[in-house]
Amino acid sequence: MAIQGKIDKISGPVVQAEGVSGLEMHELTMVGDAELIGEVVRIEGTSATIQVYEETGGLKPGEKVVGSGMPLSVELGPGLLQSIYDGIQRPLDVIKNLTGDFIARGVKTPALSRTAKWHFVPTAKVGDSVIGGAVLGTVQETPLFQHRILVPPNVSGTIAEIAEEGDYVIEQVICRLRGKEKGVTELKLYHRWPVREPRPYIERLEPSDPLITGQRIIDTFFPVAKGGAVAIPGGFGTGKTITSHQLAAWSDAEIIVYIGCGERGNEMTEVLLTFPEWKDPKSGRPLMERTVLIANTSNMPVSAREASIYTGVTIAEYFRDMGYNVAIMADSTSRWAEALRELSGRLEEMPAEEGYPSYLSSRLGEFYERAGRVKALNEQLGSVTLIGAVSPPGGDFSEPVTVHTKRFVRTFWALDSALASMRHYPAINWLTSYSEYTDYVENWWNALTNGLWRQSTIKAMDVLKREDDLKEVIRLVGSESLPENEKLVMEVARMLREGFLQQNAYDPIDTYSSPEKQFKLLTAILSFYENSTKAVSKGVPVSRIMALPSLADIFKLRMSVPGDKIDLIDKTINKINSDLSSLEGKS
Amino acid sequence: MTDSIEYRGVHKISGPLIFVEGITGVGFNELAEIRGDDGETRRGRVLEISSGVAAVEVFEGTTGLSTTSTSVKFLGRPLTIPLSTEMLGRVFNGLGEPADGGPVPFTEDYRDVNGLPMNPYSRDYPTQFIQTGVSAIDGMDTLVRGQKLPIFSGSGLPHNLLATQIARQATIRGEKEGFAVVFAAMGIKHDEAAFFKRSFEESGALKNSAIFLNLADDPAVERLVTPRSALTLAEYLAFEQDMHVLVVITDMTNYAEALREISAAREEVPSRKGYPGYMYSDFASIYERAGRIKGRKGSITQMPVLTMPNDDITHPIPDLTGYITEGQIVVDRDLHRRGIYPPVNILPSLSRLMKDGIGKGKTREDHGQVTSQLYSAYSKAQELRSLSAIIGEEGMTDKDRDYLKFGEAYEQRFLRQKFDENRTLETTLDLAWQMLSVLPESELSRISDKYVKAYYKRS
Repeated sequence: MAIQGKIDKISGPVVQAEGVSGLEMHELTMVGDAELIGEVVRIEGTSATIQVYEETGGLKPGEKVVGSGMPLSVELGPGLLQSIYDGIQRPLDVIKNLTGDFIARGVKTPALSRTAKWHFVPTAKVGDSVIGGAVLGTVQETPLFQHRILVPPNVSGTIAEIAEEGDYVIEQVICRLRGKEKGVTELKLYHRWPVREPRPYIERLEPSDPLITGQRIIDTFFPVAKGGAVAIPGGFGTGKTITSHQLAAWSDAEIIVYIGCGERGNEMTEVLLTFPEWKDPKSGRPLMERTVLIANTSNMPVSAREASIYTGVTIAEYFRDMGYNVAIMADSTSRWAEALRELSGRLEEMPAEEGYPSYLSSRLGEFYERAGRVKALNEQLGSVTLIGAVSPPGGDFSEPVTVHTKRFVRTFWALDSALASMRHYPAINWLTSYSEYTDYVENWWNALTNGLWRQSTIKAMDVLKREDDLKEVIRLVGSESLPENEKLVMEVARMLREGFLQQNAYDPIDTYSSPEKQFKLLTAILSFYENSTKAVSKGVPVSRIMALPSLADIFKLRMSVPGDKIDLIDKTINKINSDLSSLEGKS
Repeated sequence: MTDSIEYRGVHKISGPLIFVEGITGVGFNELAEIRGDDGETRRGRVLEISSGVAAVEVFEGTTGLSTTSTSVKFLGRPLTIPLSTEMLGRVFNGLGEPADGGPVPFTEDYRDVNGLPMNPYSRDYPTQFIQTGVSAIDGMDTLVRGQKLPIFSGSGLPHNLLATQIARQATIRGEKEGFAVVFAAMGIKHDEAAFFKRSFEESGALKNSAIFLNLADDPAVERLVTPRSALTLAEYLAFEQDMHVLVVITDMTNYAEALREISAAREEVPSRKGYPGYMYSDFASIYERAGRIKGRKGSITQMPVLTMPNDDITHPIPDLTGYITEGQIVVDRDLHRRGIYPPVNILPSLSRLMKDGIGKGKTREDHGQVTSQLYSAYSKAQELRSLSAIIGEEGMTDKDRDYLKFGEAYEQRFLRQKFDENRTLETTLDLAWQMLSVLPESELSRISDKYVKAYYKRS
């Protein structure tokens, strides 16, 4: 029997209920006559504090509060892909049809369509003994993606009955399991899972493969492994969102979950508009076919913003359990932390740093630990890569969210406002960023590059570091007084910055760089460096080298050479090298 | 709603808040009418409610109220304002009541001032170029229809002048109808208000404008409602009456101060610099009320103005704003000191939606690349300027000196323009090419050869 009590107090999104003993922590509740969705966040005697996921205006003390008997959960099954959900998995397109262009309150609609038919192909058969996570069959959800229908993690038994191949709606029973004790369990194409509870797996594995993003500075210098956790911190205008969009578009994960947490409405519109147009580089299918969007924009209720990242990561874990590689972009985790702070303030909790609750750090830790490469219950290997954007106030990386996030991520892509104001995009600062996954992914890259990857990146990074040191000197004495070999370092560094690190997200060719192209470009610049150093040592002035007309091409290779014609890069560099040697001849 | 009960006497008065006891059937966020000794009716809003006790913020302030003689009536509905197209050409207070001595306009509809969040799925992406006639904006940080682009300024800088110029000049190329302007002023001085009214009248823009005024000596609580009233009208005009609306909101800093004041009176836990932890969400509930909706003709373009305390762009007010808005136009004290109007510093300025509003068929095909080149050249010129202050121009190369010349020309000829000078986009871009022609051709690495060939004339 559902527990029922009364509203006692309302303060913004937080409601106090009386006479509700027996409600459980994190239980889903219906609040008020409008039956707004809420979640229990504190229990004291017979009263409970509930955070409400919708606007609370008009609620009155005395109105009813009803428990649902289950925690806040998401629906997992066919129909997830290409959806756009709010923070508690309500489909925004369906809401639009129900309430128009503005979101009204108290809308009740299931996350997955109850009428869509899915073509189910069974792979398990009667008599099979299955455990939680086992695959019962498949549904080709989109041309890009085969959905594996899983037994819920906490269920096991022997298959007594399984549906034949055919079209089913998700509420139809497709399998009956005979359990050891409990009798028969009916399984459908979907199941529910509580968002705040990580889905179980057999064991965690060490990361080994890089998540290829097609973004040169990331893949080459600061790679993230599949199953890794990354933070992208940056003040406003530094390009967090564009970077997140680029990662969502080009990452070589099978599934992308994009969480717009407390961000701009127009950005979600942009994703909705561009993803169906952008094509997967491998299959040529629209990127939207492998994407789930969660949009809780900044003007939508703050409690749902808090829930949105859990909703997203739970959906990601579900796909991981099918044996897929999933990447999540959470833009931005700072908005989530602020939602936490706002709710904590309403609960009158004792604040720690800058008003954030003292559990900020442990919540962040719990969240980022849901990333990982695992052996799923069905022994398939899958991974969740978690990429969290951080929006530090004033671009100050010493604020609590950035500081605590750094403790739980192993790759840090620091966005820099100075680079952004020079329109150097992606504005990832190569001196302050780091990746601890380099060692893990080294083998993968070395296999692709005859073992040259690591030493090449070290060489290039060395040039960039020396540029930074020399800048100090130039600030004092001017660039004219530098010795020739140092002038060359400055020029090569510029070449690396403009010809390699910079990447134009809006250029049809430059937006995605295959690992092969990345390495070729880097090698081209390094080979120029090597040959021009020789030339300089033979007395050729740097100004003459830089005046070579063929050099202008090296800056434009990233935009002029399509991914399938990367041998053109060799041609350019050979031309430059031969021009170089003719210079040597003259001097 | 049937006749509501009137409660006599309040329990406690603190700043703009009153606490009423012994009440029943009152909802959160409900509108209240408060009557004091003077017989004057004030309005308020329920901020927090628990069994029997309501905290009410009083829009007109609590001066003159006492605990014994005050009576409160709850109206059973949230704060609404009357709406009509006849509101254009008129001046109102923050609550939408006429403040120009004229009659109450004929009401076509009532709406809750808080509005509802626009469904992200219903939004249409802004892509139409707005010509403001200001080169610094049109050329460098283009505004598009449905965007929210704030002006970050400082005390004593001509942000109001710039905002007025934009409001007067904004047009869509190739369309006859202009913008309806909804203007919300919070906590501004009387003479500023007079300036706005006068310049709207002089330019004839007033008949297409609705002005919501909350002056510096008006109650702080009303400041929290003023932008919401204005935006409620804007939404009505845009999405019910198919108009293109430009909303100018000035000054968000005063708004944030009022927010902090009320938060302190409620004894809430403060976050940065004493501002409440929900300031981001609160700002978003204003700024996000801009945009376009699929299948509807109208649009809301927002241009909020804020003065950065102590010119600090990392202060919570500009900082949180920048995280919500689609870019920012930064007004610079140094340029202003040197007598350059409009003193827009393009380096920290940004328009996030520019990329989709410019180019072939929208502005001109070379626009994007020209902007990018100007940005990088001006950034370089600024760097070299500080260098030349240390090592002198003699220690610099010819190329570096060209850049210094470029920087000067850019500021004096491209940036500088008159308050009533309305430049077409072509004028702006042609000027831009004149500036770029100060540099040697080989420096134009961000522009394709064909555009260089077409437009570059080495001076």
